[in-house]
Amino acid sequence: MTMRKVDARVKVTRRQFLQTSATVAPAATLLAGGATLGSEAAWAQASTLSPHAMATLTLMARDTYPHDQLGDSYYRSAVAHWDDDAAADVAKRQIIADGVVGLDAEANARFGANYIDVASEADRVTILQAVEPGAFFKAVRADLVVSLYNQKKLWPKFGYEGASAQYGGYLHRGFNDIDWLPST
Amino acid sequence: MTLAKFDQSDDSVFVIIGSGAGGGTLGNELAQKGVKVVMLEAGARFNIPDFVNDEWPSFSQLAWTDARTTSGSWRVAKDFPNLPSWIVKAVGGTSIHWAGASLRFGEWEFKAKTTYGDIDGANLLDWPITLDEMVPYYANAENRMGVNGTNGIPHLPGNNNFKVMQAGAQKLGYKTVFTGNMAINSQPRDGRGSCEQIGFCFQGCKSGAKWSTLYTEIPKGEATGNLEVRPLSQVIHIEHNAAGKVTGVVYADAKGVMQRQKARGVAVAGNSLESPRLLLNSASGKYPDGLANSSGQVGRNYMRHTTGSVYASFEKPVHMYRGTTMAGIIRDESVNNPKRGFVGGYEMETISLGLPFAAAFFDPGAWGRSFTSKLDDYANTAGMWIIGEDMPQETNRVTLDGKVKDKFGMPVASVHFDDHPNDIAMRNHGFKQGGAVYRAVGATRVAEVPPYPSTHNLGTNRMSANARDGVVNKYGQTHDIKNLFISDGSQFTTGAGVNPTLTIVALAVRQGDNIAGMMSRGEI
Ligand SMILES: Cc1cc2nc3c(=O)[nH]c(=O)nc-3n(C[C@H](O)[C@H](O)[C@H](O)COP(=O)(O)OP(=O)(O)OC[C@H]3O[C@@H](n4cnc5c(N)ncnc54)[C@H](O)[C@@H]3O)c2cc1C
Ligand code: SF4
Repeated sequence: MTMRKVDARVKVTRRQFLQTSATVAPAATLLAGGATLGSEAAWAQASTLSPHAMATLTLMARDTYPHDQLGDSYYRSAVAHWDDDAAADVAKRQIIADGVVGLDAEANARFGANYIDVASEADRVTILQAVEPGAFFKAVRADLVVSLYNQKKLWPKFGYEGASAQYGGYLHRGFNDIDWLPST
Repeated sequence: MTLAKFDQSDDSVFVIIGSGAGGGTLGNELAQKGVKVVMLEAGARFNIPDFVNDEWPSFSQLAWTDARTTSGSWRVAKDFPNLPSWIVKAVGGTSIHWAGASLRFGEWEFKAKTTYGDIDGANLLDWPITLDEMVPYYANAENRMGVNGTNGIPHLPGNNNFKVMQAGAQKLGYKTVFTGNMAINSQPRDGRGSCEQIGFCFQGCKSGAKWSTLYTEIPKGEATGNLEVRPLSQVIHIEHNAAGKVTGVVYADAKGVMQRQKARGVAVAGNSLESPRLLLNSASGKYPDGLANSSGQVGRNYMRHTTGSVYASFEKPVHMYRGTTMAGIIRDESVNNPKRGFVGGYEMETISLGLPFAAAFFDPGAWGRSFTSKLDDYANTAGMWIIGEDMPQETNRVTLDGKVKDKFGMPVASVHFDDHPNDIAMRNHGFKQGGAVYRAVGATRVAEVPPYPSTHNLGTNRMSANARDGVVNKYGQTHDIKNLFISDGSQFTTGAGVNPTLTIVALAVRQGDNIAGMMSRGEI
């Protein structure tokens, strides 16, 4: 008997498909992060925060929690709510708006370009490290660690199957199917 | 069945504050003995179908998320400044979240001071009870909770996460390695089904296989017609008369309106952060330092067990989340052997987190590729939790926050904690041994994970032979006020190197016997 793999039960909705299809392969993203995730055009519909701020948040999300197996749509979904939050809460709008200005200032001081235009991930990480103690980075990271990983559609990519009660648990679905341990 | 409904002016009822492991058990015990009980619970009442197999939504549903504040050098104060502890606010209390590990204390663990001697900075004391006295109550608790490995109940089958730990443990030469003494049905029992290996033990067991007061003790107590449970009723204040005896409680109801329930006696079982908070908040002219606090020990000696986790990545899949969360144990380090560089013992128990909680708790605050690569290994990860005895320290304590208040205007609990050098030495030993277990079966990387917000909260109203040294006597009765009792883990004199709930339940059963006796003798 071999171990049961993760079920491929994730369905792609039309909306997700549209988001995903607008992006390029992760490898290309790594090389030219600024040109894809940092795309302001993708956020033309943002109403309270500027497309620039949203594009910055999106690239920052990937740089904070980089997973090469994840397409850009997951990072976009994770940060999309900031636009609504900013509309509902002046303090939040301020943190993000000021934070992006501060991040770009740091980027310009170090690399002579805005954050989304700094080409190398390693360089962008040094910018994030510089702003790490501030309220902006803290707020974005603390939110992201939930808003990114709480997306059910990304769980199977990590081999996590989630809710099981509706399938009768894992009792007959591989709770003890490990097959590679040395025999004891 | 008609549910009991008692009058608020009925001063013959016994009031229990909190419906978790301690309060829920005591409520059933007293109800079975014919005592009229009103159980006030701050949280809402859910049923098994309401539970969700999804970590964050479940957390929002069940956890105590009202503000608390923190200080001290423990890392939790930095990572989770307003979440010092992970406990439930709902009928059933943290017995909804708990994993079910049910171990008896060792004999020496009731005699920490005698066994360990004087340890700098530790406020050690022997319990005023011995293992011998507790044995019948442990047996009672194991039977009512359906602990496997007792009462002829078979052990659970081991899941993948356990098998990895077991294989490593055997290579290392550990001997006492098994699937644990869990209060989880391995076969149908007591009207509940058996474990389906659902894997969301921390989120409320949807099969009801795991014991929780919510669907065992509480409905049994209600069936007697002697127990009334009032959810969404947060006690703010315990009242007393001129003679100093407790007369009732003031609580905020579901609408936030203050209500008064008269009482013949009161038992506090709000878990170790809330119980001292309530005693301190009930300060009066007669008791200016809070109720039952002539010793000054209310809120002090806060213990949370020495904990830490070890997660290991392997070349091949483990799927640790499949099946029981705490699927097995290594008990070989659960001895007192000061040669290891610390006193007291610890257990190694499997643990698993779903991806959302793994992201939040594997290395709180961490980011970047070195962190995310651990999550990329998620499917191939095995995990264990170290849980050992920590040292009681007077300065580790719960006080009323000077500024922050909850929505009812009650000052919130402020929790100060510093690790004792013994705690640190034990944790480091556990990290080392845990890593060795996994390396023995080919771990490609081992990560040492700092303590989560406290799941075990103990000691803040401790039991002592002498009124000067603690808050309650050997029956959980406060030294200062005869008809005021403590019925949760805050009674613990010391924490022992085992999970606490079996002992909380055994103490509650014992206390029920004694309260009923005191009542029939007219002592309270
Ligand atoms: C994730 C997790 C896993 C665990 N696993 C294990 C395990 O495997 N083995 C083990 O032994 N232990 C385990 N524990 C610990 C166990 O859950 C606790 O030890 C136990 O539930 C404590 O019982 P208690 O009665 O002291 O408090 P609780 O069970 O926490 O009950 C206290 C109740 O009092 C209520 N309350 C508080 N203040 C007030 C107030 N002012 N008015 C009215 N109501 C109030 C609360 O809302 C709560 O419902 C675990 C805990 C967690 C969080
Ligand atoms: S693994 Fe077993 S005990 Fe845990 S939640 Fe599932 S059925 Fe309940």
